[in-house]
Amino acid sequence: MPFKRFVEIGRVALINYGKDYGRLVVIVDVIDQTRALVDAPDMVRSQINFKRLSLTDIKVDIKRVPKKKDLVKAMEDADVKNKWEKSSWGRKLIVKKRRASLNDFDRFKLMLAKIKRAAVVRQELAKLKKTA
Amino acid sequence: MAPKKPRVTRNPELIRGIGKYSRSQMYHKRGIWAIKAKHGGAFPRHDPKPKPHAPAQKPPKFYPADDVKRPLVNKHKPKPAKLRASITPGTVLILLAGRFKGKRVVFLKQLPSGLLLVTGPFKINGVPLRRVNQSYVIGTSTKVDISGVNVDKFDDKYFAKEAKKKKTKGEGEFFEAEKEEKNVLPQEKKDDQKTVDTALLKAIESVPDLKSYLGARFSLKAGMKPHELVF
Repeated sequence: MPFKRFVEIGRVALINYGKDYGRLVVIVDVIDQTRALVDAPDMVRSQINFKRLSLTDIKVDIKRVPKKKDLVKAMEDADVKNKWEKSSWGRKLIVKKRRASLNDFDRFKLMLAKIKRAAVVRQELAKLKKTA
Repeated sequence: MAPKKPRVTRNPELIRGIGKYSRSQMYHKRGIWAIKAKHGGAFPRHDPKPKPHAPAQKPPKFYPADDVKRPLVNKHKPKPAKLRASITPGTVLILLAGRFKGKRVVFLKQLPSGLLLVTGPFKINGVPLRRVNQSYVIGTSTKVDISGVNVDKFDDKYFAKEAKKKKTKGEGEFFEAEKEEKNVLPQEKKDDQKTVDTALLKAIESVPDLKSYLGARFSLKAGMKPHELVF
């Protein structure tokens, strides 16, 4: 089982611990064995421990430590946002966020919808069982 | 008299407590010398109005032997409890305690005592016009349009318990009297409930699923973490 996602300049990663939990960042430089310099269009460039990063499949074409402008342009060329939101990992995170933000009335409506869907499924199943 | 404008001082402040001009300089600046000259050497003053003669108080007949302790003066006036920002008229609340715990209910207004006036509506979930304490309530972010409802006539006196009549203590009469004691809700209160509810029901039925939402009770299910739930 070879590794497929490497820590390299331009690798997009997800911060999975700390103040910026859930943010997508680009690895812009490697500081030492444990830390990387990361950057994103809406944050100040900062160091972060590799343990706090989860690498993604997405890569951006940049040189070591690019200017913010160049980083933003490169991210747009690589279409990071859309690729992320289409990927199954990205979609799952969006769903999680939506579920967490449901208010009490929304949860009630969701329950009604689930019951309805289950009823339809069960009817179909009953029909299929009859013909089988 | 026209309202007085707040007086601007002619003495600019150098530092807090110290003005630029001395007492004699200020006396000159304010022109007290000119006013005195106009009124022949003395500053004009008005004689105090004659006070109405206070009735003569008789000396008390009795002085207590030891000093009587008087309680300290307390001018503190109780205010109604501050309403949480999430609770506005028309909010759906979840009752947490009492007979109707778990019921979702519509908030009408805060009464002068601080308690919240709340109604089911009665037809939907059986909660009548009722007072509820803010602490035993979760405010959800769901709002109902309450503009068609007039709640001005309700206050704490409306909900006061009726004074109990004294029961006669005859043995034979005792048991009969108990049977007649049942509290019948006066027709006036039932009518009030109806008027409030009909206006509310229209607003509620205009939102899909809201009626069944208000009819259902709230409960925590597996995996629901109250501190993470958004209400």
